Amino acid sequence: MSNMNLLQAINNALDIAMGKDNKVVCFGEDVGHFGGVFRATSHLQDKYGKSRCFNTPLTEQGIIGFANGLASGGHKPVAEIQFADYIFPAFDQIVNEAAKFRYRSGDQFSVGGLTIRSPYGGGIHGGLYHSQSPEAYFTGTPGLKVVIPRNPYQAKGLLLASIRDDNPVIFFEPKRLYRASTGEVPEEDYEIELGKAEVVQQGTDITVLGWGAQMEVLEKAVEMAAKDGISCELIDLRTLLPWDVDTVAESVKKTGRLLISHEAPKTGGFAGEIATEIQQKCFLYLESPIERVTGLDTPFPLAHDKEYMPDHLKNYEAIKRSVNF
Amino acid sequence: MSNSKQSEAQVVHAPVFISGDDLETPTLKILRQDGTTYEGAELPEIDQALALKIYDTFLFIRALDERMVAAQRQGRISFYMTEIGEEAADIGSTAALDPEDMIMAQYREQGALAFRGFPLEQFMHQLFSNENDLGKGRQMPIHYGSNELHYMTISSPLATQLPQAAGYAYGLKLEEKQNCVICYFGEGAASEGDFHAAINMAGVYKVPAIYFCRNNGYAISTPSSEQFAGDGIAPRAVAYGLKAIRVDGNDVLAVLKATQEARRLAVEENQPVLIEAMTYRLGAHSTSDDPSGYRSKKEEEKWREKDPVARFKNWLIAQGWWSEEQDAAEMAQKRQNVLDAMKKAETVPSPKVDELITDVYDVPPQHLQDQLDELKAHIRQYPEAYPKTAGRLDDE
Repeated sequence: MSNMNLLQAINNALDIAMGKDNKVVCFGEDVGHFGGVFRATSHLQDKYGKSRCFNTPLTEQGIIGFANGLASGGHKPVAEIQFADYIFPAFDQIVNEAAKFRYRSGDQFSVGGLTIRSPYGGGIHGGLYHSQSPEAYFTGTPGLKVVIPRNPYQAKGLLLASIRDDNPVIFFEPKRLYRASTGEVPEEDYEIELGKAEVVQQGTDITVLGWGAQMEVLEKAVEMAAKDGISCELIDLRTLLPWDVDTVAESVKKTGRLLISHEAPKTGGFAGEIATEIQQKCFLYLESPIERVTGLDTPFPLAHDKEYMPDHLKNYEAIKRSVNF
Repeated sequence: MSNSKQSEAQVVHAPVFISGDDLETPTLKILRQDGTTYEGAELPEIDQALALKIYDTFLFIRALDERMVAAQRQGRISFYMTEIGEEAADIGSTAALDPEDMIMAQYREQGALAFRGFPLEQFMHQLFSNENDLGKGRQMPIHYGSNELHYMTISSPLATQLPQAAGYAYGLKLEEKQNCVICYFGEGAASEGDFHAAINMAGVYKVPAIYFCRNNGYAISTPSSEQFAGDGIAPRAVAYGLKAIRVDGNDVLAVLKATQEARRLAVEENQPVLIEAMTYRLGAHSTSDDPSGYRSKKEEEKWREKDPVARFKNWLIAQGWWSEEQDAAEMAQKRQNVLDAMKKAETVPSPKVDELITDVYDVPPQHLQDQLDELKAHIRQYPEAYPKTAGRLDDE
């Protein structure tokens, strides 16, 4: 075990993946010698050479198109999109190409080796284009997996599993926590299974569900609620597509209440999908309406960053509202 | 460490604007319409066996296209696209390749697949989206693919295969394979952003790729004069560090020669190449299109006189390798073969409904399994509404 921040854990996962499998290739804007604008790919070029860790021209559709082609030849590209806000030029290559590659060819070709890493989320004074949480644009796309870790231990295990998973995976990294989140991380190789939620804290009164950077916020809200005598069951979804319906439904059947929280705007956000599915699976167990605590239905603002965010106070109030319904 | 290619070889002290006209792109022509070759023309490497294989593929594609357009008109298949007028472009270029070179096509390159040996039956299974289709009946007609023949499955979104070709070729380079990728696209698709992304990346990484543009004058109804203002597609590639060549796309010997040279550059020197084949889309864009709404019969007639198949036939006859009698007999035989195969393929049932959820992922996740189970229960309730699948549900 050693103490790592989230970036170091990601760097360590990439190092292990490249060291063990020469089919793994890392690239993106500024990913090469410089090691990435957040330094997630530091030293990988020195260690594995320019042919396996390199800069790309500044073209997101090119990066993912290139990655699709490389993956279709049996390689395992780990492509970086510098900010999740800039993934949209590659939307066509991700949604129409990567996600449908295996299906449309009758499994003659696939881009299963593809992993797309991208920093996401607000709270860093990033304004409109360095703050977005675009996960829900991708959860509506069959063929993709969408994974978001909450801390260094999760990041390493989930990233290693994503790289080795035989499906295209979008791996969103909570950049607000890149250096802020630290913890003990095993130095050896390990994986955390995709598609499985984690019950972070057991509770009996309400299920509180989130992912990524929002988990830290929810931990605070849950602590505040505990002081009021409310027992929250806290769940980290970890994989959004395909998501772990069973773990969430089982929890809600026990607690009778559900709060879902994410930074992305409310309308069309992934909480809507979860709420609908759980309402159908747990109708007779629900004792209050399912709460959604999310970003506003606005672009991500700069000056009102704090007001926009679904912070611990908003979540705390929603927990009480649900329990007192 | 900047590595600017900026040159100060020529310094001026008054503004000099570079015009596209300054760059003259020659067109390679080897074969005249009457079957003779131009004086001094360098012939490609071609022997009788290769020549006859190319021509056999020409005839097959003519027979297939002719019959399947009729089949679409009769409502037997939902959609079709011919490649009439462009046979020399894709077939002539694929003939220059190693069978293990990857082909990444747009959709009007069935000739390349036929040249590789894709069986007539498989063409039919795909067109009828029946249970023997390698693509499991999921995509529209003409979206062929064959892993065995190194022909990447076609997809409808234009130009998406271009950056993919750069990536695939990069993989070949990593593995130090003596192979290349050929990537086909039309002049309309070259207006997509993916074209720019692709040739820039191919140039930067020096990958073994041949970008092959079929410049056939139209993107559906849009003439090339409304597609770009420059001198076609070839000059663009030079600016990105590729080598470029323009060929008469109705001259199969010119296409073959250019592609043989391009392949050598790509494979031996990791020098990506762009080939622009000047040709004409003699047929409609697709069975959903009627070109009489946007171009004249006179224009079509002018190009019909440049028919690439007739031109090559004239050359073969001049070599003493073919005759008009053989030609008529072979074409009649091909038409019969296509008709027979079509009649067989249309009686093959659709894929089972279970194939709806396979291959979305490597293994169907639980929610897909649940959705399939629900669907099957529904089909059992209303079997008459789902005739393709109702009689073929697995017994549980």
